[in-house]
Parts: sequence; C-alpha cells; structure tokens
Amino acid sequence: MKDHLTIKDPQFEYRLFFGRLLFVTVIILLMTGVLIWRYGHLQIERYEDFATRADSNRVLARPVPPERGLIFDRNGILLADNRPSVNLSIVKERAENLDELLSELQQLVEISEYDLERFQRNLRNRARPYQAVPLRFNLSEQEQGVLAVNEYRLPGVQITAELLRYYPMGSYLAHVIGYVGSINDREIKRLDPVRYSGTHVVGKTGLEKFYEDQLLGEVGYEKVEVNARGRVMRKLERTPPKPGQDLHLYLDYRLQQTAMDALADQRGAVVAMDTATGGILAMASNPGFDPNLFVTGISHSNYRALLQDWKRPLFDRALLGQYPPGSTVKPIYALAALESGTISKGYKIYDPGFYQLKNDERKYRDWKKGGHGSNIYLRDAIIQSCDTVYYDIGFRMGIDVLSAYGSAFGLGAKTGIDMPSERAGIMPSREWKRGARGLAWYPGDTVNTSIGQGFTLTTPMQLAVATTRLATRGKIFKPRLAMRVGANDLTEISGQEKRIPIADGNWDYVIDAMKDVVHGPRGTAKIIAPGLSYEIAGKTGTAQVIGIKQDEEYDAEKVALLNRDHALFIAFAPVQAPKIAVAVLVENGEHGSSTAAPIARTVIDQYMENLSADSNAPAEEGRVNRGE
Amino acid sequence: MANDFVRHMQQPGSGLYGSGRRWQRVHLDLVLLLMLLAFMGAALFVIYSASGQSHYYLQRQITWYGIGLFFMLVAAQIPPRLLERWAILPYLGGIGLLIAVIFFGTGAKGAQRWLDIGGFRFQPSEIMKIAVPLMVASYLGRRMLPPSFRYVMASSVLIFLPPALVVVQPDLGTAILVGASGFFVLFLAGLPKRYLVTIAALAAMAVPVFWYFLLHDYQKRRIITLFNPEEDKLGAGWNIIQSTTAIGSGGWGGKGWMQGTQSQLDFLPESHTDFIVAVLAEDFGFVGIMLLLACYLMIIGRCMIISLRAQSMFGRLLAGSLTLTFFVYVFVNMGMVSGILPVVGVPLPLVSYGGTSIVTLMMGFGMLMAIATERKRER
Repeated sequence: MKDHLTIKDPQFEYRLFFGRLLFVTVIILLMTGVLIWRYGHLQIERYEDFATRADSNRVLARPVPPERGLIFDRNGILLADNRPSVNLSIVKERAENLDELLSELQQLVEISEYDLERFQRNLRNRARPYQAVPLRFNLSEQEQGVLAVNEYRLPGVQITAELLRYYPMGSYLAHVIGYVGSINDREIKRLDPVRYSGTHVVGKTGLEKFYEDQLLGEVGYEKVEVNARGRVMRKLERTPPKPGQDLHLYLDYRLQQTAMDALADQRGAVVAMDTATGGILAMASNPGFDPNLFVTGISHSNYRALLQDWKRPLFDRALLGQYPPGSTVKPIYALAALESGTISKGYKIYDPGFYQLKNDERKYRDWKKGGHGSNIYLRDAIIQSCDTVYYDIGFRMGIDVLSAYGSAFGLGAKTGIDMPSERAGIMPSREWKRGARGLAWYPGDTVNTSIGQGFTLTTPMQLAVATTRLATRGKIFKPRLAMRVGANDLTEISGQEKRIPIADGNWDYVIDAMKDVVHGPRGTAKIIAPGLSYEIAGKTGTAQVIGIKQDEEYDAEKVALLNRDHALFIAFAPVQAPKIAVAVLVENGEHGSSTAAPIARTVIDQYMENLSADSNAPAEEGRVNRGE
Repeated sequence: MANDFVRHMQQPGSGLYGSGRRWQRVHLDLVLLLMLLAFMGAALFVIYSASGQSHYYLQRQITWYGIGLFFMLVAAQIPPRLLERWAILPYLGGIGLLIAVIFFGTGAKGAQRWLDIGGFRFQPSEIMKIAVPLMVASYLGRRMLPPSFRYVMASSVLIFLPPALVVVQPDLGTAILVGASGFFVLFLAGLPKRYLVTIAALAAMAVPVFWYFLLHDYQKRRIITLFNPEEDKLGAGWNIIQSTTAIGSGGWGGKGWMQGTQSQLDFLPESHTDFIVAVLAEDFGFVGIMLLLACYLMIIGRCMIISLRAQSMFGRLLAGSLTLTFFVYVFVNMGMVSGILPVVGVPLPLVSYGGTSIVTLMMGFGMLMAIATERKRER
C-alpha cells in the first residue's frame, strides 16, 4: 500500500483519464452517428416504403361479397333466397391452445371432418395474425346459445353473420335450381380470383350452375382501418358490390308442387312445357333431396345416405334418366308412315296378336294376347296402342324413315335446355348401330324400334319436347327454364319459327287419334277422361326394363319391383288450342294408362285452373318478392 | 470518515462555483437535475401516446419518476469517500442475491431472474449494474494507473464474476451490460492497448462458442430474426417488422402526437416499454429522434464534465463508467428497435415505462451528483 501512494502521480493519472474520456467521447459521437444514420435511413430514405407498409397494415381492403341473384318462378314466388347465417370463426392468436379449443368446440357443436379440413386450409393461407378463420357456418339457434353461454372460457372464438343461400322450396326444386356449395380445389383453379374474392360458394348443379355468371354479381370493396387484432376501427371508403341478376323462370311453382305431389312416393319424372314458348312449366324428378344441405358443405353421413338410397334421390330423372319411350313414339311414327307415303289413311290390317317377318320363325308379339282383331286402322293402332300395326308399318318404312322422323321430333339428341347437363338418349339408325355396336342393321331391329323399344332411349325432357312439337303441329322450340335474367328478356331466343314439314291432314288424323286415346271408348287412357272440362290428346307407353338380376344389393322383392315395366304417358291440352304439353315417366310403374296418365291429368288440371285464376287476377309477374 | 461527512454539513456554500451553493449543500447538481426533470416531463407525453392515452400508465410512470428522484436524492447524500470505502458491501451483497436467484428465483419463459422477498419482486442483476462499476472503481482508484497486469487480472475477476452468475439465469443481455459497466472502469483507468487487442481477439473466438454452447434457442432466433425478419413474420420477426415500419413511416416530421397508426392500432408490440422509441419516431419523426439524441447527449455531456471535475480518481472512474453505461443503454435500445441489434430486454433510459430501470438509473445520477458536489479532499 505504501509504495503505491509514494509513486502515484495525480497529474499523470488525470491526463490519462482525460485522454480516455476524450476517446470515449469520440466513440459515443460515432455511435450516435450510427443511430442517426439508421433512423435517417428508415425515416427519410425509406420513408415511402414504410409509409406504404404502415398503411397496408392498417388499411384492409376487404372484398364485400355481392348478393347473389334471386330466383323466382313465373308468378314471382321466391325459389332461391339469401338468408343471414351465423358463423363460428376462430382467431388463432387469441386461443390459448388451438387443438384444445377445437376439441372443446367439438363437444359443444357439430364439427365435421370437412369443417376441420377447410378450417386448417384457410388458417394456413391467412394474411395476418388475428385474422378470423371460419370453422362452422349456419349455427342453429341452440348452438348459438351453447356458444354464448360458454364464450367466456373459449378465447379466440368469434361469432359472425353473413348471407347464405337458402332454398325455401327444398326438395321440390332440388334438381331444377340445383345448389351452391363451397368452392373446391378444382374450381378455384378455373374461377376468376378477383370476382370470387368475397365469395366462397359457387353454383354446383342446376340453374345455379348454368346461370352462375349472371347470378354472381360483382364484388365490391371496403377499405377499413383495423388494429393489429384485426378489429375494425373505422370504415374509410366503400365501393359497393353489384348484386347478381335475378332469374325469372317460366316455371310455375304451383305446377311443380302438383307434379311432385302427384308422383308421391313413386320414382319418376314429370316435365310440363308451355306450348307457346317452349318454357318449362314444371320439371319434377322424384324423389328429390334438400339442397340446403349442400350450401355450406354436406356432412359425410348425410351425403352417404343420399348416395346409398336405392331410390337415387340425387339422380335427375327428367334430364339424365334415359328410358325406352315405348308406345309414346307411336304418334310420331304414324305421322312418318303417312307423310312418307308408306301407307294411306285407308290402311288396315288383321291383328292376330303377333307379327312375323318373311323367312323368320320369330314372332313379334302384341301386348294384347290374341290381338286386336280385324279391321285395325292406323288410328286404332294409336288409340289401342296396337303393336302389330307398328311392326308392319315400321318394317315397311324402314329404319331410315323412322330415324329421320324420330330425330325431327327431338328424340336421341340433347334438347339444348338451359341446364348444365342432360343426356342425349338414342334414336337408333344404321350409322348409330355401326358406330356404337359395330354391327349391321337387321330388319328385326326396325321392328323393335317401331314400338319405341330395342335400342331407343329418351329422356323425359325429350318426350316433353316431342309432345310440344306434336301439340304445335311441328313448331320447333328449344326448352327453356329462364324467362328473364335481370332485365334481359330471353323469350326471343326460344321463339324460333321452324316447323317440321308435315301435311295438315296428317296432323289432324294423328292428333284426333291421340284425343281418342283419352276420350274414345276404347282409348288406353280413357280412365282419365271422366270429369274433364276440356279435351286432352295423349299417348300411353310401357317400356320394358332390361332384366336386373338378384344380387346382394337387392333382395328378391326389390328385384321383382325393379323388373316391372316403366309407365309412360305423353299429353297435351286443350286439343284445339294447346297450352301445355306433358311427359310423365314412372319407373317400374307397369302401366302407362293406370299409373302415368292420372299424374298427367292432375298436372294439366292444375295448369288449367292456374290459367283461369291468373287471367282473373292482375298479372303478378315481375313482382319482387324477396323472402320475408 | 464520519468526520468528513460532518464537516461537509458544517461548511455551507464553499463549493466550486458560487451560484450553486445552496444546491451544493443538498448535494444536487442543478444543471443535471434540470435536464433530467425536463427530459422526464417530455417523456411523459410519449408514454401517454404509447400506452394508448392511458391515465393509469401515466400516473404510474409519474410515481416511478418520483421514487427515482427520491433515490437520486438519497444517493446524492452519500459522500463518495464512503462509497469508495464500502463498495465491497453492495458488491458482495449483490453476488449473494444472484446466487439466491439461482436457487430460489422465480421467473417466466424458462428464465429465473426475479427474487421474491416478502411480496416485493426485484432483479438482483439490476443492482449489479451499479455495484460492479462501484467495486471496480473503488479497487482501481487506489492503484497506480495505468494498472499493471496484476491489477488488470484482479479487476477482471471482479468484472466477470457477476455476469457469469447472470448468464446462467439466463439473461445474456443484462450479463453483457453488467460486464460492460465494469469494463468501462478498467478502460477509463487506462487499460493498456495490448489488453484491448487481446480482448478483441478473445471475443472474436468466443462467438462460435457462444453460438453453439451458450445461446439458447430463443436467443439464436432473435439473432437470425435480426438478419431476416421476414422469415418468421408472424412470430419472432413481427416485433422488428412492426417497429421499423413505425419508425420509417414517421418520416421527417412524424404523424403527430398520438397519431401514429402503428402504435395506436396496436401493431407495435411493447409500445410503452422496450419499443417506446418507435412510438416517438412515429409520432414526431426524424426531428423527434434528433431531439431525443440531443437530450441524451446533453445529459451525457454534463455527466462527463462532472467526471472530469471529480475530486478523486474513484469519482472520475465511477462517474465516467456510469455515463458510458447510460449511453450504452440508449444505443442498445435504439439499435434493437431500429433493427441493427438483436432484440434484448433493454428499456430506453428514463423513457420506457417501468420502475426498476428508472430507480437504478436515478441512483446512478444521484451518485454522479454526490461526486459533483464533493469538496476538495485534503491530503
């Protein structure tokens, strides 16, 4: 200690300290310079960048989904509505443990695998923390209640509302309107990301799909100021969305309801057309299903139940069902035989109950054992549905004539209706058989074709089109469901003035015979005549079902049922000034006369009633009747 | 020693400069005190904006300022000679508490930093920010300077023991700051250049060792984040992206008091504590930052004058070291918020909300004032 004190030199030490402090001062100034440079770099050089970034943090341009166009029937009855739905969303950052929260929520409300998958996908793709990701749509009132009670212990849960599609008529129009559903991986690739930025559903089937473009509308934008937790603090500006265009149909909902109810628990289809325009008045396929199940994504159990139902409710029988038309083609081939000059109106035969080709052992049997007897004229063949006559005239006309007339009436070709899918059916011809089967055409094929059997397949829609052409004496219409889209009248498109060239006398002859199918004493559909205040022209049909074998899927009783013939009936009314044409098909209904014809009469009766009711009341068309 | 103290009290008004006689009597440096008061007053405006116009935080901060001023006043009354003689006590006491933290400490996120004594929680590492420079200054003040090898080694042990105990908590940031505060004393005492070179070389070699053996994952993540904040923009990078955005969007003149969207809309995390300088930068722009730096430099300048005028080598070393440490806090905080340093928990001196840091800093200023008002020692 002592030596230190003796040699400690305060002057020297002060100078040393002073030097060090000076050095440190320089360092401090340099480091301050670094800070100034850094803040200057951020605040002056890169000001624009960061100002933009701060704004994009704060200002959220969020798409405002347009309201989807509504769908109305011809009388302004609302068929597709938009209803507010209450949704459950999750803000991940506020949840203490996401997995626990999800399993907890699963105890409280129904959450499907699909919900979870969609939720996880959206969670990965979100743009910022604190963004709410939807987990469940359409919470029931009970679920909302359960969540409200438990909300305090579920941090991160958010309940929001949006508009969701709702189909008030449910299964009555499931196949016609179709449904919207969540956009899936495949659709997202082909859809315009801008137009769909606010929308997470797209038309999947039916009119919703066909008129997707018009129904969708244009997305709007809303600039809002949000805080870091995504809460909207205030609205800055707004470009309102343009709602989609409303769709007004030719369809008369009362008629649709009548048709579905008339089919009751039978599997089948009814198509009714307005003979003046080609507008579809009713297009029923029974059984239907509830399209509302699909709007936010159907649950697996519900979907499996629909798929596995033996009655095939998802199958649109009116457009996709292909059935042999049976005897319903007889009026067409009668016109063919007369117009082609194959026979004259004086043609008559004796019907022993079967027909044989020359040099052929095979007997083509009439449906009536023992036959219809002697002096059977062509009109009798229509009224009583005599097969033997048709075997003969069919063979004499040849397949080329049959095929040409069948095609002229629209058989075996897509009708061009404004729906996303339909089947073409088959109007057999030599070319068709060579192409499809690789075989030559045999005379026996012609015989089968002449009574609408053999290879012939038609959809109920095609039969309705053919019936309309019979009713209008050859006017060619494209069937249309939509009458107007927004302000666009679509009627002109359907009003094409084309005609099948057939002589008036031949029309008179065949239509008169069709009238007697219902009104004649021996008509196959005379069962529906009593009490009619107007005249119906019609034709029954029975289509053989190509054998279904017994296997594990169907028990014996069901096989017996499924092997029964399909029942068909086509009709138009009133005979003198037709207003409506109807085609009815009942799967395994056995007899067109007893099963299908009464359904047609019920539908036509209802339409006649509607017409007189509507002509007494002021026209309600165009009335906007947005859901209550 | 006690006699010295009595003599001070008995001879009023015999200070270095006459105008400050009355202040000298209460051992306060008027210039520094006015600077600090003005600075605190201005800082309250920033706290108010940063906390989202919270009167609660405003009142609490005013309370902390009051407590800090009280501690400053008390510290100023302790004669530097007393400090020099008894520097070993806070040092050993602090080491004892640090060891206690290791065994009885409480904390969050896997780090034990706090000691709970009768419901009062505090960080012993905070004491060391003053105790270490005090100890080293007391040790070297009596030695012949520049220090010989022996004294350098002995000082090094004094300097590195506390940080070693802090690092295991783990709290690397505080450990480095504590170590630095001791090192500044050694440097100001005239640590020969060859040691500086050696230390620099050792530090360079220590980097990989730190990276692979000493750094925890969360610490590594902070450093990775520094270089590429976008990599984890919703997680670790979020803070730094939002703070640079707040600073940058302030521009020249700022968006106006309480108009900063980044802070008002809660994009900026820790806005009233560690990241408060971003609020200031956003509200008042580059001009505000320049004013802040000017204020700090003025305070630092005053402190340097005090250290030069100190009556003893101990006083000079302690005052110089406290001044440098103060600047380092400023630099580290402003550097981390602006994205040139990794995010460590260092508040902005005297501005950030929070009691511990304010009290420690004010005690330091109190000591500086004690040094400033010390009368000439008799030899």
